[in-house]
Amino acid sequence: MIQVESADQFLKQVSGSVAEGERIRLCIQCGSCSGVCPFGLWMEFPPQAIIASLRAGELKPLLDTDSIWLCVSCYACTNVCPAKIPLTPGLLSSVKAEKLMKSSVPTELQDALVNARKYGNTVGESPRKRADWTADFTVEVPILAKTKKPVDVLWYVGDYPSYHARVQQVTRATAKIFKALGVSFGILGPEEQSDGDVFHLAGERGLFELLASKNAKTFEKYEFKEIVTTDPHAYNTFKHEYPKLGYHFPVRHYAQFLHAHLNRLRSLMKNKLEARVAYHDPCGLGRANDNHIYQEPREIIEAIPGAELVEMGHNRTTSICCGGGGGGMWLDGFAWEKAGTRTSEWRILEAVAAGAQILAVACPYETPRFDDAVKSTNHAKDIVVKDIAELVADALQG
Amino acid sequence: MAQDVWVNIETLRGEVTEISYTMLAAGKAIAKGLGGSLRAVLLGGNVKGLAGKLGAADSVTVVDHPALADFNPDAHLLALTDLAKKGAPRAFLFGQTASGTDLACGLAAKFGFPVASPCRTFKVEGGEILFEAVTCGGKIIADGKLPGPTGVAIVMPGGYKPEEAMVGGSPKVDEASPESDLGAARTRFRAYIEPDTSDVDISKIPILISVGRGIGQKENIDAAKELAAALGGEVSSSRPIVDQGWLPTSRLVGKSGKSVKPKLYLALGISGSPEHMEGLPSWETLVAINTDQKAPIYDVATFGAAVDVLELIPKLTEKVKAAKG
Amino acid sequence: MNIAVPIKFVPDLVEEMEIDSSTGKLDRTFMRLVPNELDEHALEQALILKERHGGTVAVITLDTGDVDEALFTAVAKGADRAIKIAGEGYAEGVTSHACADLLAEALKDGSFDLILAGTQAVDDLDGSVGALLAAKLGIPYVGYATKVVEAGGKVVATKEYPGGLLAEIEVSTPAVIGIQAAEKPPRYVVTSLVMDAMKKAKIDEAEGAAAGLEGAAEITGMRPPEAGKGAEMIDGDANAVAEKLVGILKEKGVL
Repeated sequence: MIQVESADQFLKQVSGSVAEGERIRLCIQCGSCSGVCPFGLWMEFPPQAIIASLRAGELKPLLDTDSIWLCVSCYACTNVCPAKIPLTPGLLSSVKAEKLMKSSVPTELQDALVNARKYGNTVGESPRKRADWTADFTVEVPILAKTKKPVDVLWYVGDYPSYHARVQQVTRATAKIFKALGVSFGILGPEEQSDGDVFHLAGERGLFELLASKNAKTFEKYEFKEIVTTDPHAYNTFKHEYPKLGYHFPVRHYAQFLHAHLNRLRSLMKNKLEARVAYHDPCGLGRANDNHIYQEPREIIEAIPGAELVEMGHNRTTSICCGGGGGGMWLDGFAWEKAGTRTSEWRILEAVAAGAQILAVACPYETPRFDDAVKSTNHAKDIVVKDIAELVADALQG
Repeated sequence: MAQDVWVNIETLRGEVTEISYTMLAAGKAIAKGLGGSLRAVLLGGNVKGLAGKLGAADSVTVVDHPALADFNPDAHLLALTDLAKKGAPRAFLFGQTASGTDLACGLAAKFGFPVASPCRTFKVEGGEILFEAVTCGGKIIADGKLPGPTGVAIVMPGGYKPEEAMVGGSPKVDEASPESDLGAARTRFRAYIEPDTSDVDISKIPILISVGRGIGQKENIDAAKELAAALGGEVSSSRPIVDQGWLPTSRLVGKSGKSVKPKLYLALGISGSPEHMEGLPSWETLVAINTDQKAPIYDVATFGAAVDVLELIPKLTEKVKAAKG
Repeated sequence: MNIAVPIKFVPDLVEEMEIDSSTGKLDRTFMRLVPNELDEHALEQALILKERHGGTVAVITLDTGDVDEALFTAVAKGADRAIKIAGEGYAEGVTSHACADLLAEALKDGSFDLILAGTQAVDDLDGSVGALLAAKLGIPYVGYATKVVEAGGKVVATKEYPGGLLAEIEVSTPAVIGIQAAEKPPRYVVTSLVMDAMKKAKIDEAEGAAAGLEGAAEITGMRPPEAGKGAEMIDGDANAVAEKLVGILKEKGVL
């Protein structure tokens, strides 16, 4: 990747950057992308305008603005484009990459990138503390470097699930479920590096490749049948991006894994929930890379005794992003200043309107983001945010 | 001379700075242990009158020269070098400040005097000068010996109460003239730039809600402001927040910012590095919230809780508002 | 202007600081060494000056073992030259004096108009490298600067005093300026540009004398701060803590 000098050079670079990238030339300027984009209204150059500008030979105005950082890589545009242009992974991440080349990036995202480079995690904590969540815990969590035994499942935990206090609760719930199912599993702990999905979508392809090569080398040290991820972002990189670098590992998101064990889970889940639950489709399981994994998480929720599934207005392919992707997790201050709105808040209002008492999620960025939105929209008495893993773990007997 | 202690007195715009008194208190203790005398070295322009404030010292050497009126590193270094050439003490104390460090290292290197920094406290045992230095962001204390015949110590605040040295007295005052041509100094003071006084003066606010790196993103500062408003206080911060431009310099507590003595200091996501703690000479209640259980601030805080700052702030704001009714 | 930026590698405070009981010094087994934060600011200020006035920027460091990446990163940001000095004892930790001596040896040919160094480093126990370096080179030093501008053949450094007061100090070059903060926070450089630098750029290597202990006071031991009284810790989750704090604030007459 090089710093481009002209609009034409940029178009060529985008065409070559991802599969089907050359479809960018088929854009009919319908504007569906800009319309469906949750932040389209505040971008100086939403996707349609980026393409129009490039076709007009105008590169500089595009790169002089910083509104590209409003893009949260939610794939809404990619999903709706009639010309099937890979807008999110191809065009938008390329614009972000050019900004990064010019060292033009909001500070908070810069810190996350620097932390990932230095410590292998975006939170800036010592890698030696990555498995601290396993201490003082009723479930024994094998760390593969210590046990060195073959396992069925290499459980890829992730940055936020390892270090963030709220998300650690989800991680422990997941461990409880694995124990109840008798899954043979292990984690990497301190050897685990960030999955890098954020970086590859936020324009830091080099950082992504660096972390991927470290992870792949570590995976190769151990014997396992598949990788199961807590995070849809990790699911995406291992399934769709790692193979492009020559790293092939079978992978499932934990929702797919639990779904495969649903009959067994059904017999183990005895505690009643008695609540209306709305499920938020994460971009990573849904629109991203045409994964379209919508049914399995819903069936898991419906299997919980007493749970009543309700649907929000936007669901499945039209699900509204929590705002955490593509670097968005670190750009809330930036987005707030530009747009004065939070997608996570829209989502909570939708969930409340649908009559939900619980908003069920399946991605580690979502729990803290929606928790905040529940508070900022003053709906703490109406709705609570729970990861599917937490709901299942709570339903398990004992 | 052999067992004497000298203190480089710092002045800023006609006032003796607080670190000077800390050094006098330290110097007095060292001189006593050595059985020597304490000399205050006062460089400046029209500063003779300040000698009366230095009663803690046994003697004061004044070098009064227009070129020394405002701190001018090279000129001050020339004048000090001239003094030291005539006979240097057993220990020479400098402040760990914008006016002290420039001189300490320059002088030490010129004469080959060993340097110890940043020293918080001293002891004299068996004729040796022992010191305690705070390093690695406050996480480690290094103990050492200041060797002779002349050792330079760069002193940080906190080990001695400056008030102890704010005594009257009639030290012996002698004047010295610089031998070097101070006009040949390679640095020149041009002008002061006054701080922006349009914002609130946090040193006058009794309740401070202070944010550090642990606040994460700029947007989270709004929540801290809400908490401050609920408590009837103001927001302040440590250095990284100001360097990012998230809060103005007027809100900085610490070495280059304000020195505060609040009734309540709520330190949110602040580790308590020496540079920050320099801005907190005293407080009534200091509550530290930091998930790093080893953060140095816990050594001095009144209360602490290792919970996530971003989780605590909204809950605390809610409960404070409820309590106020 | 030709600017040199010395980089000091210091312990990363993100990791736990542990004392090796057999030596009484810092346990370096798990210690991560990173460029001193204020030296990163010095580099940023140097690059800003280069962008404004032209000239060159060289970074120079003692080889403490794992320095190449930081040097290539500096080149990727815009530095023209990277120099590492290899010698005995550097990896075990070097005093500010030894550092300044070795740098002075490498920089004494006077090809630099300006040297920008961080005004202090987290592990300094014997003064700051910049100030000592200036003395050893026989050139002036101004520390605690937050801005450096060129002014008719000289430079003007803005020195920071407490309370937000600043002072402009004019300095004749060559000189060393101690940087407290650059005009802007250190810039980001993408990994791909650093990788490019690793392929295309070359790090100049020099030999340095063994690192000595002259000039520093003798350190007899290291320890964690006294447990002392310490804070009264409040247990529980955020909610419980908030509840207890309200009680404490009422007791203290704040509420």
